[in-house]
Amino acid sequence: MKYQSQKVALYYFAGALALFVAQVLFGTLLGTVVVAPNFLADLVPFNILRMIHTNALIVWLLMGFFGCAYYLIPEEAETELHSPKLAVIQFWLFLFGAAAAVVGYLFKIHEGREFLEQPLWIKLAIVVVALMFLYNVTMTVLKGRKTAITNILLLGLWGIAIFFLFSLYNPNNLVLDKMFWWWVVHLWVEGVWELVMASVLAFLMIKLTGVDREIVEKWLYVIVAMALFSGILGTGHHYYWIGTPAYWQWIGSVFSTLEVLPFFAMVVFTFYMVWKGGRSHPNKAALLWALGCSAFAFFGAGVWGFLHTLAPINYYTHGTQVTAAHGHLAFYGAYVMLNIAMFTYAMPLILKREPYNQLLNMWGFWITSGAVSFMTFALTFAGVVQTHLQRVMGMSFMDVQDQLQLFYQFRLGAGLFTLLGVLLIVWSLVVPGKAKQAAGYQAAE
Amino acid sequence: MSETLTKAAARNIFYGGTAFFFAVFVALTVHSVTKANAIAAANPITPGVAAGKHVWEKHSCVNCHTIMGEGAYFAPELGNVWIRFGGREDPDGARETLKAWMKSQPSGVEGRRQMPQFNLSESELDSLADFFKWTSEVDTQNWPPKVSG
Repeated sequence: MKYQSQKVALYYFAGALALFVAQVLFGTLLGTVVVAPNFLADLVPFNILRMIHTNALIVWLLMGFFGCAYYLIPEEAETELHSPKLAVIQFWLFLFGAAAAVVGYLFKIHEGREFLEQPLWIKLAIVVVALMFLYNVTMTVLKGRKTAITNILLLGLWGIAIFFLFSLYNPNNLVLDKMFWWWVVHLWVEGVWELVMASVLAFLMIKLTGVDREIVEKWLYVIVAMALFSGILGTGHHYYWIGTPAYWQWIGSVFSTLEVLPFFAMVVFTFYMVWKGGRSHPNKAALLWALGCSAFAFFGAGVWGFLHTLAPINYYTHGTQVTAAHGHLAFYGAYVMLNIAMFTYAMPLILKREPYNQLLNMWGFWITSGAVSFMTFALTFAGVVQTHLQRVMGMSFMDVQDQLQLFYQFRLGAGLFTLLGVLLIVWSLVVPGKAKQAAGYQAAE
Repeated sequence: MSETLTKAAARNIFYGGTAFFFAVFVALTVHSVTKANAIAAANPITPGVAAGKHVWEKHSCVNCHTIMGEGAYFAPELGNVWIRFGGREDPDGARETLKAWMKSQPSGVEGRRQMPQFNLSESELDSLADFFKWTSEVDTQNWPPKVSG
């Protein structure tokens, strides 16, 4: 850490970790309701639990991105942050908005559209928060050094704010509503969020492997080009069955298949950089998370996305547990692991705890990754059985669900292990270790 | 990576290509919007349909059910519930079935997924039925494959 203002990232990392625990906790509650449907039924219905689960995820990932940006941008731009004070105010405003939303949800105050349940005033507050953030980081970059990493990161962050504006558009025509709902949801997670992911990974590669910036940044441009060339028209894979024209079946199938490429390129990029760099950085856990991120994103977003993205297959699998399986592994691999990689890298530097014992953090990595993988397998099998019974045989939804109980029990077990793993991760990041890591490493960034 | 591709070239390909693909996407979206508007012209969105969509959102039905396959996968698909309830042959019967269903929740049966009681008024129930009827008439390229949803 070279600049004092990078410290402000710590607020965001802490807030993100707290919401991470809340997200997984509500996930296990949902998993329990699926197995034992009367659980909480009179107190908090499934739909409310689910909006807290998904919103907590989205908010903590965004909070993590903000933190990543506040840590990364001063170091890349080689200047102090434009206004650390504004960044702190922005944090509390964002946290307040998130807390107000969750409390409101418990009292059934929401706008009801999936993922965009926030009441209008909170949506507008999010826009204000985003503008405060963009002003702060953009001013920092403008007065400092401009690198490919900051360019791509800023483009991604501006894109997040701009596409969020479509959440304010809610026409009476359900077809139009759905079309532009995807302008937020798809153009975020399969578009501009990938710019954030690739640029943060590139930053970590420079820091952890010591590979020359020119090489890393060329890879970065190639990766993000692949991501957007495939991902923008890849939106078509959501336009198959919602009242939109049939040509989207061709466009969506072709381009969303190509969406696998940037994820594959990120695997090659990260592993090749580590091999080429040959540097022994003491923060082994951060490297583990960075490599895990590209690998799990490739399987979760890439392979599991491709499984059901071709229109003739999606015709049968659309809206089954196959989608749920893909969603869980993709978010975990691409965005959860990205954030934890950055937290694991930056928090010891901010807190001046390096070099420290990372055994607990690595246990957290393996337990969480194993559990989320197992959950994904359970949901995938559930989805395949569901697809056949419901979409081929024509059995009724609830009769089919009764057939899936065993998979749901496995999923709940995996969910409990996920919670355990997450608690380990948070503990390892927040609580200082007692055992110092063996001395002998040279100081590293 | 090959020496023939410089960083500046990679950057230019990224920005140029992104602008191109985004322009194509916007053009196709504009075309699809005209199609979506044509759907509403052929099958008008009455005040009842609009109010029904609002009821749908007010109670966040999508966080348990799915509609056109999008939602929470915890409860049945409702994009075609109108058809499943026999609305094509007997609209009045389907409407009454839907209302009776909504009023009878939750079932309270042990081991069954519980749908809350939303205490909808008669007009809200009618609007919801209008909304489901309208939605069932959208051309979804023959999705879902079975009436089971």
